[in-house]
Amino acid sequence: MSHQELLQTRFPAAGLVFSDFRDNHRVHVPKERLVEVLTCLKTEGGFDMLVDITAVDYLEYENADDRFGVVYVLLNTSTGERTIVKTFVNDPDPTLPSMYPLWKSADWTEREVYDMYGIKFEGHPDLRRILMPDEFTAFPLRKDYPLKGRGERHNFPVITRSES
Amino acid sequence: MAVKDIPDNIFMTTLDAAANWSRANSLWPMPFATACCGIELMATASSRFDLSRFGAEVMRFSPRQCDLMIVAGRVAMKMLPVLQRIWLQMPEPKWCISMGACACTGGVFDTYAVVQGVDRFIPVDMYVPGCPPRPEQLIAGIIALQDKVIKTGTINGREFAKRTLPTGPAPFDADELIRIREGNELLPVLN
Repeated sequence: MSHQELLQTRFPAAGLVFSDFRDNHRVHVPKERLVEVLTCLKTEGGFDMLVDITAVDYLEYENADDRFGVVYVLLNTSTGERTIVKTFVNDPDPTLPSMYPLWKSADWTEREVYDMYGIKFEGHPDLRRILMPDEFTAFPLRKDYPLKGRGERHNFPVITRSES
Repeated sequence: MAVKDIPDNIFMTTLDAAANWSRANSLWPMPFATACCGIELMATASSRFDLSRFGAEVMRFSPRQCDLMIVAGRVAMKMLPVLQRIWLQMPEPKWCISMGACACTGGVFDTYAVVQGVDRFIPVDMYVPGCPPRPEQLIAGIIALQDKVIKTGTINGREFAKRTLPTGPAPFDADELIRIREGNELLPVLN
């Protein structure tokens, strides 16, 4: 039984939307059912590896209903099967449950999504910035953040020859 | 004061000139290599280009033992405090080469996280352009720096402050970005 049939039998009325493109099997999940669906995929579907978590900012997209899409890429290491689970969150205060209890690899990937997009993961043991300096205040991959920043890169003390 | 009857193999000079001559021909580089320029820096030090012909082959990874910092590669926001700390740890007299387009100006990485030229935050003596510069260019930069060492000599920070005002680009004006964006009519994209 493929994971699509599994999800369809387990969650018949959950509002899951399936789509396929070549080898990609994708499923859109409402935010409220995310934990159930991912738990089912791990325990019954055999997806024992969370390859990546990433996000997309749909600000100023014409056909987008939601601001952020969060993408979970799963892999079944015994069959080689992959699936992509996508869910949507919105401003203000976009929040999702953390997947750290299911897959330990969610630790750093969720920190990266938090660092770049400001999406909070409830239940994460240590939600800090991972790439940018701790004193950085903005979320640089949001579409409303200017490419060249807001001057943070120039905000350092100057050491002159006479001081050094 | 005239000195008579000295043998032919004795030279008279000033202590400064002698010290500068030995300093210029025995530079100890601190390789601050963060990107592809670091690979060219390694090539410069290895056998084909052989930086030891110019007396600067003793790369030391402890800043306490160095007198020439070679900043090779882009410097990210998170790396700049490290760079400044290492620069302050080097004993005087010390010099700095900014190697490659990224260290000089930020290069193609005109993004929120990359410092737009290390000379905004630490003093730089010599700029080596290129992306990355070939080893010959770096060697040319080191030879030019040797000339500078011989000419400017042993001044330390306090003497420098007496002789000149601090040089380098003016501190960055935070409103400059907003003016640029207004000029390009890009301001509505901001919040």
